[in-house]
Amino acid sequence: MHQSRLVRNIWLGIENLLLHKLRSFLTMLGVVFGVGSVVAMLAVGEGASKEALRQIQKLGSNNIIINSIKSLQEETSTQQRSRMSMYGLTYLDYQRINESFPCIHKSAPAKLIRKESRVGSNTLELRIVGTTSEWFELVPRQILAGRVFEKKDVDDLSAVAVLTEYGARKLLATKNTIGQIVRIGGDSFEVIGIIKTESGQAGNIQIPDQQVDAYIPLITIRKYFGDVFTKRTSGGSIRELVELHQIIVQVDNTENVESTAAGIERMLQNFHKKKDYEVSVPLTLLKQAEATKRTFNIVLGSIASISLLVGGIGIMNIMLASVTERTREIGIRRAIGAKRSQIIVQFLIETVVLSTIGGIVGLAMGIIIPIIITYFSSMPTVITLQSIILPLFISIGIGIVFGLYPAINAAKVDPIIALRHE
Amino acid sequence: MKDLKVRARKKENNKQCKTMDIVRFNNIYKIYEMGAEPVKAIDGISVAFQKGSFWAIMGPSGSGKSTMMNILGCLDRPTSGRYFLEDKDVSTLNDDALSDIRLRYIGFIFQSFNLIPQLTVQKNIELPLYYLGWDAHKSAERAKELAEKVGLETRLNHRPAELSGGQMQRVAVARALAAEPHIILADEPTGNLDSHTGNQIMELLASLNKEGTTIIMVTHEADIAAFARNRLHMKDGLVERIEGN
Repeated sequence: MHQSRLVRNIWLGIENLLLHKLRSFLTMLGVVFGVGSVVAMLAVGEGASKEALRQIQKLGSNNIIINSIKSLQEETSTQQRSRMSMYGLTYLDYQRINESFPCIHKSAPAKLIRKESRVGSNTLELRIVGTTSEWFELVPRQILAGRVFEKKDVDDLSAVAVLTEYGARKLLATKNTIGQIVRIGGDSFEVIGIIKTESGQAGNIQIPDQQVDAYIPLITIRKYFGDVFTKRTSGGSIRELVELHQIIVQVDNTENVESTAAGIERMLQNFHKKKDYEVSVPLTLLKQAEATKRTFNIVLGSIASISLLVGGIGIMNIMLASVTERTREIGIRRAIGAKRSQIIVQFLIETVVLSTIGGIVGLAMGIIIPIIITYFSSMPTVITLQSIILPLFISIGIGIVFGLYPAINAAKVDPIIALRHE
Repeated sequence: MKDLKVRARKKENNKQCKTMDIVRFNNIYKIYEMGAEPVKAIDGISVAFQKGSFWAIMGPSGSGKSTMMNILGCLDRPTSGRYFLEDKDVSTLNDDALSDIRLRYIGFIFQSFNLIPQLTVQKNIELPLYYLGWDAHKSAERAKELAEKVGLETRLNHRPAELSGGQMQRVAVARALAAEPHIILADEPTGNLDSHTGNQIMELLASLNKEGTTIIMVTHEADIAAFARNRLHMKDGLVERIEGN
């Protein structure tokens, strides 16, 4: 009974709004664009932050990544004095880190070299990472063919290589290449597997396997090629001694990540004269990304609330005009026996119907726009349930908030005066 | 002994009043504070209208008949004095209670019809039922029944703008009857109609009165007032004279 009354009230509201189709439509536009832009902006923002989070998660939230960097001081001094540049993480660092922090439960060193390589008749310079079998546990990637190297391969100083998708493409290697010999820097290595590569950047940290063509056990690299490499530059060639380019450490518990990272930083400070290393924590980046997202949401929220406020004021304006225009109707209803509260409900429902329809239309717009954006710019957009439900409630809320004043004004109409109103 | 008898008779009289009077004004004043000089629109009126009667309130403009009508219709409260509607003192009720009295006791007919333009004839007739909380089906049946009674059963889905003045006033009569009111208050019901249509409306009202509905009508036209069985003449906020049969 009570419900059917509400339904009748809503129909009455719709009928009244349909009497002035153009006016109702124009009034609605404010809410349509307000809600539409909120939903669209939320979708774009959510898409961007999802993408960032995905990238960071690829690095592993329990991981700490330590990179060797060539300090600025080093950069200038090498050119003046020796032709040999020495910097970065050492094997000793790696050992110390592993021994000093009990909460580290896995770690992998990485040495980056470039070597002329050949499979069959294809010759190319490959970017090679020398590492241990733990690497593939810390940076898990899909195995496309064959296998990755194991502890045994490392211990045996086996001459084996795992190609990445990049490397395989470069050397035109296929699944059938498994078991074949690839010549790297004049030595023979057996291709034992091909793994998938992930590309992209997360914050300032490069994905560890970005632009890597092949993996070879670290000890094998040292045995075959040593630690000194010649780097060709525009001004000739520089000999470089970098023992390790990267150490990836995995901590047993997320809670320990930041304290361990700080500990590693302190320890390295003690043993390195120059700051030729950099400790990055994906978790910190994750937190930063979340903070950025929050800021973004606040900014979006403010813009959205301004546009919704404007929409709401538009509705209020029209409803006030409508109340004045319908003074006589209000007077008639009051004379017949409508209570003030019933007049308030009538006008409030009309406003809420208006703003809710506006909200639904805006929602449709806000869902279509991100799809168009994704289609044309390949920017990822995500529409969450929250970004659908929230604007709907907001548009209903706008109807109530901005409809209340005109409705109360309507109820204040004195029937005696209203009936005389022409 | 004699005194007691008189008192007993008085009591009996009072009792009779209770059953017969539908409206009783006890020393009603309506004073508007406008500027320095208060305007006495009603300057102390005590009058009673019986159930089933047909009254015409007459008087020149400014005589207070409109104010009288507003108070009778519970649209306005008297400044002082008491107004009994079926022995219920309505002179001090709040706005919501007055709305309820208007809804259940009073049916209004206005000079300018006062139909809601965007509603169909049927919806206009149903309006009081809507506020009474009747369900849609029952209201529709009642509206049809009333439309038939006033001869507009073929116009149920028309809007007021598509009707003639006489037809609009018939809709207004049907609407006034919808909630089965105890009194019908008609404010210059023929004021916007030609004399022929006006007479038709008056005949309709007279037939309703014959069926037992109390009608109080404000008019300044003598030939219209002639349809009423009692006439109350007002002047300067006072009852000038009462005539009737």
